[in-house]
Amino acid sequence: MARVIVDVMLKPEILDPQGEAVTNALPRLGVTGVSSVRIGKRIEIEFGDGSDPQADLDAARQIADKLLANPVIEDFTVRVEELESA
Amino acid sequence: MTRIGVVTFPGSLDDADALRAVRIAGAEPVALWHGDADLHSVDAVILPGGFSYGDYLRAGAIARFAPVMEQIVDAANGGMPVLGICNGFQVLCEVHLLPGALTRNSHLHFRCRPQALQLTNAGTAWTNAYDEGQRIVIPVKNIDGCYVGDPQTLDALEAEGRVVARYVDGSPNGSQRDIAAVTNEAGNVVGMMPHPEHAVEALTGASTDGLGVFTSVLAHLSTGAPT
Repeated sequence: MARVIVDVMLKPEILDPQGEAVTNALPRLGVTGVSSVRIGKRIEIEFGDGSDPQADLDAARQIADKLLANPVIEDFTVRVEELESA
Repeated sequence: MTRIGVVTFPGSLDDADALRAVRIAGAEPVALWHGDADLHSVDAVILPGGFSYGDYLRAGAIARFAPVMEQIVDAANGGMPVLGICNGFQVLCEVHLLPGALTRNSHLHFRCRPQALQLTNAGTAWTNAYDEGQRIVIPVKNIDGCYVGDPQTLDALEAEGRVVARYVDGSPNGSQRDIAAVTNEAGNVVGMMPHPEHAVEALTGASTDGLGVFTSVLAHLSTGAPT
């Protein structure tokens, strides 16, 4: 089995109100000195046999580009996560 | 009689009100289903408000791949009038019929209230019943209504007169440049965040200012425009 990790983040120039809300809550925890928090999504995609990691990576990239991320506002990265075989 | 279709996705909320607005405007409302592979000979299509597919992933992201959308994209590119309201606007951006994207309201609150708008393009298929610069009041109700785009896109929209309406007297969602509605280059596809279909009768609406959206498309189609 192969697992591909897709990370989706808002582009730097896009406002992240969720991240700002978290930033503003930190002083209530007694945490100071944090200048910015940005929130994204991590998606784990599992492929059947994992015999062709490059093909899985290509498929994940296609899934991310068409569905998981909106290229107007978001960037994404894909990577294969090594799993111990059962 | 002019036939105007309204698509129901799983999670659509305002399809019934949109169908009703179509009827009040004097056209024949046609219910379209997200799984339909044809448009049942409609002359125009409305994508209604709501939370299609639960707004999972991003608002409009999954509705974009519904079977009916393939037909709608082809028809829109051929000139058929297509209107996206609220969630429908989000779907039109996700499917790239309109530029930009709708993101979480900058203040993170759901906003539901009568909203003043200024019509800045009265030349589209969906706004020709209004006067350029006219001020109208119709309901707004959204959590993902903050319109964003890169500066070049926004500059181009403004230069080409493709900003159809702006929020006035205060933005409900933090949209860049107070943009409430935009159109494509041809003016047949319009996306708007506020809800004209909720403002077509004095009994229930904040006004009847929304009715002009639906009578506009009838006037547009009566000139022999493509369907």
